[in-house]
Amino acid sequence: MTKTSRRTTLFGFTAALLAMTALSSAASAQSISMTYLIPSGADGVAVAEELVKSFEAANPDINIDIETRPGGSEGDNLVKTRLATQSMADIFRYNSGSLFQAINPQQFLVDLTNEPWQADVQASFKQVVTAPDGTVRGAPMGAAMGGGIYYNRAIYEELGLTVPKTWAEFMANNEKIKAAGKVAVIQTYGDTWTSQLFVLADFYNVSAADPDFASRYTANEAKFATEPAALRGFEKLQETFEAGLFNEDFGAAKYDDGLRMVAAGEGAHYPMLTFATTAIAASYPDMLDNVGFFAQPGDDAASNGLTVWMPDGIYIPQTTSNLDAAKKFVAFVASVEGCEAQTRAGGASGPYLINGCTLPDDVPPAVTDMLPYFAEGGQNGPALEFLSPIKGPALEQITVEVGSGIRTAADAAALYDEDVRKQAQQLALPGW
Amino acid sequence: MTAIMQTGAPTAAKAVPVLKRRSPYPAWFFLPAAIIYGLLFLLPTLASLYFSLTRWTLFNSTFIGLDNFAQFMREPFLVKGLINTVIYAVITSGLKVVLGLALAVLLTSQIAARGYLRSVVFFPVLVSTVGVGITFTVLMHPTQGMINEGLALLGIDGPGWLVDPNLALFSVALVDVWKGVGLATVIYIAGIVAIPQDYYEAARIDGSTIWQSFLYVTLPLCRPATVTVIILSFIGGLRTFDLIWAMTRGGPGFASDTIASVIYKQYQAGFYGLSTAGNVVLFVLIAVLVIPLTMWLNRREGHE
Repeated sequence: MTKTSRRTTLFGFTAALLAMTALSSAASAQSISMTYLIPSGADGVAVAEELVKSFEAANPDINIDIETRPGGSEGDNLVKTRLATQSMADIFRYNSGSLFQAINPQQFLVDLTNEPWQADVQASFKQVVTAPDGTVRGAPMGAAMGGGIYYNRAIYEELGLTVPKTWAEFMANNEKIKAAGKVAVIQTYGDTWTSQLFVLADFYNVSAADPDFASRYTANEAKFATEPAALRGFEKLQETFEAGLFNEDFGAAKYDDGLRMVAAGEGAHYPMLTFATTAIAASYPDMLDNVGFFAQPGDDAASNGLTVWMPDGIYIPQTTSNLDAAKKFVAFVASVEGCEAQTRAGGASGPYLINGCTLPDDVPPAVTDMLPYFAEGGQNGPALEFLSPIKGPALEQITVEVGSGIRTAADAAALYDEDVRKQAQQLALPGW
Repeated sequence: MTAIMQTGAPTAAKAVPVLKRRSPYPAWFFLPAAIIYGLLFLLPTLASLYFSLTRWTLFNSTFIGLDNFAQFMREPFLVKGLINTVIYAVITSGLKVVLGLALAVLLTSQIAARGYLRSVVFFPVLVSTVGVGITFTVLMHPTQGMINEGLALLGIDGPGWLVDPNLALFSVALVDVWKGVGLATVIYIAGIVAIPQDYYEAARIDGSTIWQSFLYVTLPLCRPATVTVIILSFIGGLRTFDLIWAMTRGGPGFASDTIASVIYKQYQAGFYGLSTAGNVVLFVLIAVLVIPLTMWLNRREGHE
């Protein structure tokens, strides 16, 4: 092949490419194509697919592609990197609260304060997706969650136990369960994050005893090691370990094992966030009715209440080129139809934060057990990560140590206070 | 002395032009390699030196001097991680030398199915480290793992390989040896095959036993292979990360943390400046340990 003919071929090829590009852009002029980034995980993907399907049915000119990313801290880094390199999807789902503050919402996210649908979003959620300048930058994606203890109703019935209102009652139940030759408390340190629940879900009790703890903690005035109420979470974990209540393989078992064990009655209690209800419904649908839920008890029955986690938000990065269509999708998610689509795909796991959204009548017992805490006369309060931007990254390793008997509660709390300092300095908070 | 130096000087001066003779290739031939090296290696290295002195959020950075290094040194588990790293490097490189040499001697002798056995020994090297880690995590499960179930058949109550804080690091080190010993063996095989048969014949004529032949012929003459194996596996052990992360994530708690896993956890937590400082520390540590080791091993070799 001579040089000239090669050049001609190349030219022809380029021309063909150009023509193709022109064709495809002509096609997309009629329909908008957007991407939606979500954390991977079977239940989350099913919900996103159902939302997209319902939305596209109502808006045939908009086409949304779902992208998935890893969860956990790997996912945090991916989201930060994509925001920093201006390559974020048109819409993305991410945590609210302290993790939301860490992605620099003011700089990267579209301001959604004045969207009409915000009128129906509950104030408790708006507060956790509000940037430092007071603007609201997200919409709720999913239902409110509680942190507490799943229990196996069959075991409770068999041994004639009642749902405990105080920690002492809880430990008494555990002793009876253990005496009956069963595993009283399930722990799954094969997934280290599951080890934090006794500490994190105790926060309602902390704020009941010490209402200013969160703000003093943020200002570097209150410490886990020195505030007795805050230290209790670590102590509770140590007590359950020392009482020998755990499953034999607690060091290697994983989250999925924990769900199976509590659903099948291989263990009586599993401390977890209530998003697990969706996962149990997906994996063990015929055992879902065996599983109940209660808030982590404090020391006083009168102040028994639930520590609440706000759901993720969905956000629009400022780099999107389809702002109007993206806003349309966010508005759909934050509507009653949006809630219904989520319930269709994943079942109900808790109350939604949109006014007018209701739960179906046939919700599983674990959800029914959770609702009284949100009803009139019930008591609930947000988890620490929604009241303070500081969460130490090594908490899960530290709680594994306490739960494995490697470290005492007091020592662990002091170590966690040291860990938290780094996060506070990274966020450039005053007083650190 | 002075006289010798003075007479020596002219010779050296004469030699210089010979050495500096123009290369037949123009200097700009270096350019492509230099650009790639500069962009992908030098620039990031210099940038990381700078960022290790800042508090960096990916979005912006604040200069904070040596605070990151002070913080890194204060990390409660850094000291433990340092000790673990050295223990891990010594165990894995030691075992790889001993087992690699033993296997190489076996596989260079006249045994049945030699070619097949050689590939069997080398095979684990080819498998993905993360895959190996996950497989062994399943095998080492304290109650349902195949290892402990096998031990139970023999009436032995197997330990919690990866969940016992005193054992976890050693379990991971053993898996590392299992996976890496094939490479050490291959290096040793090459070293042993290169030893001329004449030495063995001479030793045999002198009446040496097989053990003596090994001790006085094989061992000294495959020193270059030993040096290579030690250096490679020692550096590999010092910066080990993938296997530890796949098997224990530094756990239980912090029991099997190494420097690399401590650094990665800082990065995961979003402390980018701090983890960059950690990488600078790791770089210095490897240099401080390995450069003298290399010089020492090579000098001994030169003297013989």
